[in-house]
Amino acid sequence: MTLELTSPATVARDLGARGYIVDDALAMSTFLALRMQRPLFLEGAPGVGKTLLAQVLAEALAAPLIRLQCHEGLDLAQAAYEWNYPRQLLELQAGRDRGDVAVADLYRDDLLLKRPLLQAIDPARDRAPVLLIDELDRADEEFESFLLELLAEFQITIPELGTIRARHRPIVVLTSNRTRDVHDALKRRCLYHWIDYPSFATELAIVRARVPALAERLAAHAVGFAQRLRREDLSKLPGVAETVDWGAALAELGVDELDPATTRATLGLLLKYHDDLEQLRGPRLDQLLAEAR
Amino acid sequence: MTTPPRIAPPPPVASPLAPQAIALGATAELVGFGRALRAAGLRVGADQLEALARAVACLPALGRRDLHLAARATLVTRREELALLDDVFARWFGAGATTPAPRKMPHAPRHDLGYVRTVLGSYMAQRAAAADREVDVASEPRVASALERLQRKDFAVCTAAERDALARLLRTMRLELTLRRSLRRVRSRRGRQLDLAASLRLAARHGGALPALPRRTRKRKRRPLVVLADISGSMELYVRIVLQFLHAVTRHQRATEVFVFGTRLTRITAQLQLRDVDAALERAGHQIIDYAGGTRIGDCLHAFDRQHARRVLGRGAVVLVISDGLDTGPPAVLADAVRRLAGRSHRLIWLNPLLGAPGYQPLADGMAAALPFVDDFLSARDLGSLEALARHLAAIPRHRGAARPAPRTAPPDRQPA
Repeated sequence: MTLELTSPATVARDLGARGYIVDDALAMSTFLALRMQRPLFLEGAPGVGKTLLAQVLAEALAAPLIRLQCHEGLDLAQAAYEWNYPRQLLELQAGRDRGDVAVADLYRDDLLLKRPLLQAIDPARDRAPVLLIDELDRADEEFESFLLELLAEFQITIPELGTIRARHRPIVVLTSNRTRDVHDALKRRCLYHWIDYPSFATELAIVRARVPALAERLAAHAVGFAQRLRREDLSKLPGVAETVDWGAALAELGVDELDPATTRATLGLLLKYHDDLEQLRGPRLDQLLAEAR
Repeated sequence: MTTPPRIAPPPPVASPLAPQAIALGATAELVGFGRALRAAGLRVGADQLEALARAVACLPALGRRDLHLAARATLVTRREELALLDDVFARWFGAGATTPAPRKMPHAPRHDLGYVRTVLGSYMAQRAAAADREVDVASEPRVASALERLQRKDFAVCTAAERDALARLLRTMRLELTLRRSLRRVRSRRGRQLDLAASLRLAARHGGALPALPRRTRKRKRRPLVVLADISGSMELYVRIVLQFLHAVTRHQRATEVFVFGTRLTRITAQLQLRDVDAALERAGHQIIDYAGGTRIGDCLHAFDRQHARRVLGRGAVVLVISDGLDTGPPAVLADAVRRLAGRSHRLIWLNPLLGAPGYQPLADGMAAALPFVDDFLSARDLGSLEALARHLAAIPRHRGAARPAPRTAPPDRQPA
């Protein structure tokens, strides 16, 4: 294991070694989540690295990452488990041909399809996995109440099989983009952390870590520009993910100076709305670029 | 409510070299801190304080910053609460102190009147409003004849007594907001999709035979309703009544968001969840600067688009704008904002109290700029038009359609009396 759980500082150091730069607040929340074995609830604008934290945690802990992407209509069958109906039907048919149908034959462990939540608490695991429940705000409220139960006990009861309980408590990370408010009861089971856009220094460190090929001076200029964009009146502000993408594009292009022409040509990596692009096409872009220098 | 005026001073704190000892000694301190947070209106549960105590015990060294960050991680469940926590933390533990030890006894926030006024105002207003009693309409005689008269009477010329009667009447109304089919599936006898899980369970019970085929269908859910109301100048009176109406009819539905605007936008959803519309508007009124300075509708709708639209306009929301369309900003800004609003909503309804007034034509620059993007242009000047609105809201079509229907510029169909 290459994640030392001595203090928030050691967590920050070990995550940083894997290219994930955290400020002291996020280091504290992550450290506490791991030490107290509480789920970590991450909220923040898109592209600030919520999902990535779970991925890097799994990597650092050498633990398997199990991801549940939420969407509207997500139910137990997709999130926890489902029976393999085609095979059940075959078993049923075979049983009828033989003249004896045993219910137990239809609900065997090998006919069970394990979805992410059940996989995460599978008692056969020899170590705790990282369970990422991504974009919880997209799921319905009904799903939250189920999750509440799961996060309290780390067990799932399957009527036909009995209760399945985790041997190793999974490390749970939940994320939300805040398209709706997630219920308080669920959040109270978790450590709550709001990931803000990073400071200039932190963002520069992130870009440097993720795009080592980009020259420092250019990276600083690009990050300064992205930081200034976030103060503009735009309908969708660029996230850190966008800055990193943009930095990678600049490195790929091999430019050694961030000039208005290059910036205009690559602006689509930072801004994803037509209205926002239009707004920045004009002299405002030159102005921001000059300020960022 | 009587409370002790001061909170007891903290117990002596051990040396920083013994983190466990600090943790134990600090428990009473944390409890006091929790009490201060609660007094400031943050709902901190005992479970959360316990989590903080455990967090403190996990930490190898306990600086002021560590304690602060641990408190942020354990005691808060939404971003808006962070600022309040920071504030109380700074007051409670004092700026600059490295451990929660040496400090004079500070005032708990609830004893600091200035603090109460600015931060607790809304909370207290809500608590107070919740106690309001409802009056039963049936106990009022002559309701029927009053109803006849009120049906067509412009809200603006109603007497105070008539407005009271209206308010009571509105509270008795119910509205089924239009439903949408969610992606969630539920058992249903008439569903089109086979419920395989249920079929297999049934077959297992019947020795492999299927006496019936269980089916599933998509669950129906209410569409969220988002209200954007102009409360400047003469509009306020109409808005008051329309909000009373909406408040009454959506009282049991969580998915209603209400924003009011004059010169700027204010969210009053939380206040409206309690009983009293007047109190909620009173409160919003305090927050809005320059009441009679004219309405910058375009700017306010733009602000809504930036700050709230992404969060509240999901899942097929119906948007209700209540305004006379007399905008003091440039029409292009308004047109742009309304276009975005239309693009993000399932249906955009504009209520204009002037509509239906004799001789009114939507010629004001703002109104004319907004109309091309509006699905329904309805009146809201009397009880009859609110009933028409209720019928309309209950019958919004399921499909948005590629092209929106041409907006109506004439008053909507009114049922002949």
